[in-house]
Amino acid sequence: MTRRPYLSLVIILLLVALGLWIDLSKQITVTNPFNSKPLISRNVDTRLGLDLRGGLQVLLQADLPSTASISTTDLNVARQILENRANALGVSEVVMQIAPPNRLVAEFPGLQDPQEVVASIQETGLLEFVDLGNQPLAEGTVIQTDYGTEGAGPNGIVTLTPTSEVSPTTIPTETATSVPTETSATAPATTATESTQATPVPTETPTTAPTIYHTVMTGASLSSVNVQAGQTGGYVIAFTLKSDAAGMFSDYTASHVNQYLAIVLDKRVISSPVINSQITGGQGIIEGNFTADSANALAIQLRYGSLPIPLKVVESQSVGPTLGEETVRRSVIAGIIGLSAVILFMLLYYRLPGFIADLALMVYALLSMMLFRLIPVVLTLPGIAGFILSIGMAVDANILIFERLKEELRAGRTLHQAIDLGWARAWPSIRDSNSSTLITCLILFIFGSTFGASMVKGFSVTLAIGVGVSLFTAVIVTRTFLHVVLDNVKFAEHPRWFGI
Amino acid sequence: MNITKRRYLYLAISLLVIVPGMLALIFWKLPLGIDFTGGSLLEVQFASGQPPTSEQVVSLYNGLATPSVDISDPVVQPLGSDSLSIRSREMDDAKKAEVVAAMQQQYGGGQDVTILNFTQVSAAVGQEVARAAAVAVAMAAFAILIYIWFAFRKVSHAFRYGTAAIIAMLHDVLVVVGMEAIFDHFLNWQVDSLFLTALLTVIGFSVHDTIVVFDRIRENSNIYRRVEYETVVNHSVVQTLDRSINTQLTVMITLLALALFGGINIRHFVVILLVGVFSGTYSSIFNASPILVVWENKEWRRWFHRNPEAA
Repeated sequence: MTRRPYLSLVIILLLVALGLWIDLSKQITVTNPFNSKPLISRNVDTRLGLDLRGGLQVLLQADLPSTASISTTDLNVARQILENRANALGVSEVVMQIAPPNRLVAEFPGLQDPQEVVASIQETGLLEFVDLGNQPLAEGTVIQTDYGTEGAGPNGIVTLTPTSEVSPTTIPTETATSVPTETSATAPATTATESTQATPVPTETPTTAPTIYHTVMTGASLSSVNVQAGQTGGYVIAFTLKSDAAGMFSDYTASHVNQYLAIVLDKRVISSPVINSQITGGQGIIEGNFTADSANALAIQLRYGSLPIPLKVVESQSVGPTLGEETVRRSVIAGIIGLSAVILFMLLYYRLPGFIADLALMVYALLSMMLFRLIPVVLTLPGIAGFILSIGMAVDANILIFERLKEELRAGRTLHQAIDLGWARAWPSIRDSNSSTLITCLILFIFGSTFGASMVKGFSVTLAIGVGVSLFTAVIVTRTFLHVVLDNVKFAEHPRWFGI
Repeated sequence: MNITKRRYLYLAISLLVIVPGMLALIFWKLPLGIDFTGGSLLEVQFASGQPPTSEQVVSLYNGLATPSVDISDPVVQPLGSDSLSIRSREMDDAKKAEVVAAMQQQYGGGQDVTILNFTQVSAAVGQEVARAAAVAVAMAAFAILIYIWFAFRKVSHAFRYGTAAIIAMLHDVLVVVGMEAIFDHFLNWQVDSLFLTALLTVIGFSVHDTIVVFDRIRENSNIYRRVEYETVVNHSVVQTLDRSINTQLTVMITLLALALFGGINIRHFVVILLVGVFSGTYSSIFNASPILVVWENKEWRRWFHRNPEAA
């Protein structure tokens, strides 16, 4: 085996420096030296799980008979919609994950009183077609509409009134048709408060109130939505209206040609197409610069403006912040005591190699922490337990090697030979034993993912990372350190250093 | 040192631990936590340092129980000196607020009553988790059997090694489950998903340990081809003894630190790991390797005969 301990040493020291940098900073930024623009900018602060920082976790399950099959796509759509809603509510750092076949896990850090948030994200979403007049709105803009304020049910069919009768809340047709879009500042929709034609604002205090747009119809009027290949290439979305809405929509589009009709989901604009011509017979297409993906995404949102599947809460857990703080404090103390005891034990029992194993153990702790922060792994209480447990296991590889090392030394090998032979002989044991632990980790991870049991999952992830890093430190770091030290020490004079 | 010679003694010691545990399991059963049965878990802290007694909490719950939200007869357990853990059937957020308000008013002693943790699990999910847990344990055992079979494929009777490792693993599972039944009975613990995590970890550790010993047997069988199998096994066990004990010591040191200084909410988890890690090391030294010898000599032929020579 070729020995290049100094090269390895340099690499290890670089890794240690990287580990220290990442472990000690909350945010890492790498600047490009040529144009001083940031290349990498990442938050690497340790992420604590809900059980440690306090918060709410809910497990939502499709409220359908167990025979109904639910596709992963449905779950993903539901997740996306719920995430948007939670974000719209101003709840930060929401984590939502799907847990097939029929569940979603939602985590709300820092949130204590679950009722309100859970109730509102569970509501079926509201898809509206909103009259924007001549001013398109950017995707994602949150607007107010007149729908739902007049006592209509959240998912009911809006009372479709002829456009002429609701003209007080719409931009007058004459203005809209005569003014081209490019100069629409003269007939503004968004800046209507300053406009002399401030018709879209029915409120008494137009100077402060936001614009309220008119809802032409809701998603309840759609009967089908499909993605088709367009005649000029690209993709279009074809939709069919229910018969009761077709006539009204025909009238409406006839009088609003060249105006924008926004598609709004939960009061958030997802697209603002232009009405090109009157849409008769309840069938129309939405054109735009769609790719297959973006067309499909929009079609899904049109189809499932409301959640694709009804959801109910089957499990919830809320943890107060005090419990978490106390637990973190105690776990840190336990970790330090455990680590110190192991370090002491190794030093007393294995002497010089023990000391080197202790150094390797510190490298191990440093690198594991770095990985937790980089990946990032959310540390839960069992996760920390898994990490502390893996400290014990990390030492195992070193113990295996040192026992072999002693045997080889007793058999009369030279030190460098003994080190390499010890490693080579111990390797099959280390490989096989750690593989079985990794297999268990994998099964725990699958089990944890299926049930949204983030505690079990956290434990398996930290234990697996621990096992992986400990393989590296035991096999490479300890050996490199030993070779480097032994290059500078004469073993023959100090056999006691090796506990012989 | 001859460990394989006294193999039946060591197997008997294992039974001495397993049998009481199994009796406890049969007579006392494993009380399943809300993770498996569904229900609510409310952990509250009384800033006054004087939480109400179990009887007081039970009567408070019974008073608030309604036919639709039946939270009567909860299980109350102290959690440290100032906190309580209360398990009941499912309750909604409104009922939880009602319960906490009543506690504040009657037993708060003028100071705050804080919710540390509130967990709800529906019964259907609980049953499913329990089923999946059994599947997870079975899958882990099977995957490991296959792995060992593969890792030892070049040794004669590779299947024996896998089977012996699984038997040693089952030994540890029985020890852990039995001890859990005893702990549950006396300490009022309940089986939760963390217990399951601990059990699966023990499975991993147990096999980890067994493999190290078997690996030595694999190596020594190639070196000492003419030596009797029993001697080779014993030699291998003794050679790996230092390592087995030292590794166990370091793992147990870290676990002890967690048990003594870590949070009270993982004590159950850590204690189970301690039991399992100890059992895991014991079974790899004193069960797994002797089983190989028993198998090699086909000793079961002699178990039911009066005259051993007849076999």
